[in-house]
Amino acid sequence: MNFDLTNEQIMVTKAARRFAEEVCEPIAAEIDKEHRFPRETFELLSKYGFVGTGFPKEYGGTGNDKIAQLIVVEEIAKACMATSSILSIHQGMVNCLLKFGNEKQRDEYIRPLLCDGVVGAFALTEDNAGSDASNIHTTAVLEGDDYIINGTKRFITGAGQAGLYIVLAYTEPKLKTRGITAFIVDPKTEGFSVGKIEDKMGICASHTGELVFEDVRVPKENMLGKYNQGFKVALASIDDARVLTVGAQCLGVAESALDLAVEYAKSRVQFGKPVVLKQGIQWYIAEMATKIEATKWMTYYAAQMIQDGKRVTKQCAMVKLYASETAREVVERALQIHGGYGYMKDYAIERMYRDIKIAELYEGTNEIQKLVISREVIGKV
Amino acid sequence: MNIIVCVKQVPNTNDVRINHDTGTLIRDGVDSIINPDDLNALEEALQIKDSRDDVKVTVLSMGPPQAKNALMESLAMGADKAILVSDRAFAGSDTWATATVLASAIKKIGDYDIIFCGRQAIDGDTAQVGPEIAEFLDLPQITYVMDLEIQKDKVVATRSFESGTMVIESRMPVLLSAIKELNHPRFMDIRRIYEAHENEEMFEMWSAKDIEVDLTQIGVKNSPTKVYKTFVPTREFSGKKLTGTPKELANKCFNEILHLNIV
Repeated sequence: MNFDLTNEQIMVTKAARRFAEEVCEPIAAEIDKEHRFPRETFELLSKYGFVGTGFPKEYGGTGNDKIAQLIVVEEIAKACMATSSILSIHQGMVNCLLKFGNEKQRDEYIRPLLCDGVVGAFALTEDNAGSDASNIHTTAVLEGDDYIINGTKRFITGAGQAGLYIVLAYTEPKLKTRGITAFIVDPKTEGFSVGKIEDKMGICASHTGELVFEDVRVPKENMLGKYNQGFKVALASIDDARVLTVGAQCLGVAESALDLAVEYAKSRVQFGKPVVLKQGIQWYIAEMATKIEATKWMTYYAAQMIQDGKRVTKQCAMVKLYASETAREVVERALQIHGGYGYMKDYAIERMYRDIKIAELYEGTNEIQKLVISREVIGKV
Repeated sequence: MNIIVCVKQVPNTNDVRINHDTGTLIRDGVDSIINPDDLNALEEALQIKDSRDDVKVTVLSMGPPQAKNALMESLAMGADKAILVSDRAFAGSDTWATATVLASAIKKIGDYDIIFCGRQAIDGDTAQVGPEIAEFLDLPQITYVMDLEIQKDKVVATRSFESGTMVIESRMPVLLSAIKELNHPRFMDIRRIYEAHENEEMFEMWSAKDIEVDLTQIGVKNSPTKVYKTFVPTREFSGKKLTGTPKELANKCFNEILHLNIV
């Protein structure tokens, strides 16, 4: 057992930290306020190879180093959770293409997504299909050599910004989840449009919105994975995403919140002394640091398991559950330590408090994680 | 075109504290970084490489084995090759001895059109090594370069001074020292971090023997500079605190300024 980072991972940390401090942090408050998608930042992340971290070299990535992939998201999240969300959800989409795309699809689509600044988005969720994916209403009907897609997707990360979508639709609704198929859709296709972009509580720079499909004609070679196996496509990358998207982000945000709280508590003088000298504050800090430490190692451990190709369903659900709860608690405490100032938009902790809540909701609600974990632990009854 | 960039690994002085008893830096737990001015030198070399097809950038450093980290970062930024000259015989070298070693290494590399250095290192602040290398190699040198243009067989550089600027041209080969106004150093490319670790031929380590350096000119014994004393300057003037209402303060402040003959 060895807990040391490799030389490469140490250098990745250094590179990502500098990028986060120089590119992401200075605009984090501004893009949040303006709800502006940081297009230039994404292009730079792509140009300098951050997007391709952890992905195969043949498509412009670094090779299989999931710890490094986690580190990049963690470091970016320290500066701006919205940017880390855009990056890591995009990586989740690419991961799907990599796992299920045939050779032609991988050759055509993956390099632009990793190296040329093209954003990818994954569209499963609908009005009445969140945790229950079987309740989607979007359909894909074969007509000649094309599938005709009709329906509306909701809460899609990257809506309007993506240059490529993976869309899940019923090919045989009677078969429920066994009748769903995944398709690769170019947003330039006729009949495709972007509907409402949501006005969210947090991660405002990461756009979330509606996709409308009106007789969108997609060639049948755009089918991703096998016919009626779209649900498999959706599930296969969800384990990875729970660690490499949510776990990594939560870790970064929590670490950053702790740093801000300690810095503030040292400089804030009340009753003649810095508040950090109060035992009440010290205990808060001790508890926050301890929970972050636990989160860090369970997240890194899960990332290593993913890299080694092990079965990780239980571990990933645990990371998602624990990391998101911890990060929300730590950020809440960090704001409390800031006192009234923390409630002001001049302080980064205010934004982080709004941002972090999403971690308990997306990539499967925490209640769904508990369902997954309990099934794994209890087994057949 | 072959460009050699000399870099130095230094402690990140933002994090360094000083031991007031000994007058020396406390280096424990302090990150090492590439000297900031040297990053500007490297960036300029890489920009020249980006602008034409025939450029090879070699990064050179003298230092202990751990200075390899700085060179790996240079490779990740885009340099083609990195050479670390490292030997116990070099330990304690001053600027003269360091320049002697680097000049010998550059002679061994052989073919070069431009040698870039940073203006000065943040740990020693001497700004001597670059100019000394140029003298040892009998090359023209242009220091404090804030802007640079490459023409057919010559360079046109703008030098920056406190009182103004000077535009000067030189034939190649030439040694140039960069200041931070020259450019903004790029980020490491994550893919190149892995590439540099996998391709062993991108990095070489040379000893004193490899570069045929005159051993009577190097190391602590042969360094002409002797450090007499290092100390932290004591602050002799501390500010004066004025109190009062805004109006009183304005008057007091103005009187102080008059008293100091500033107006």
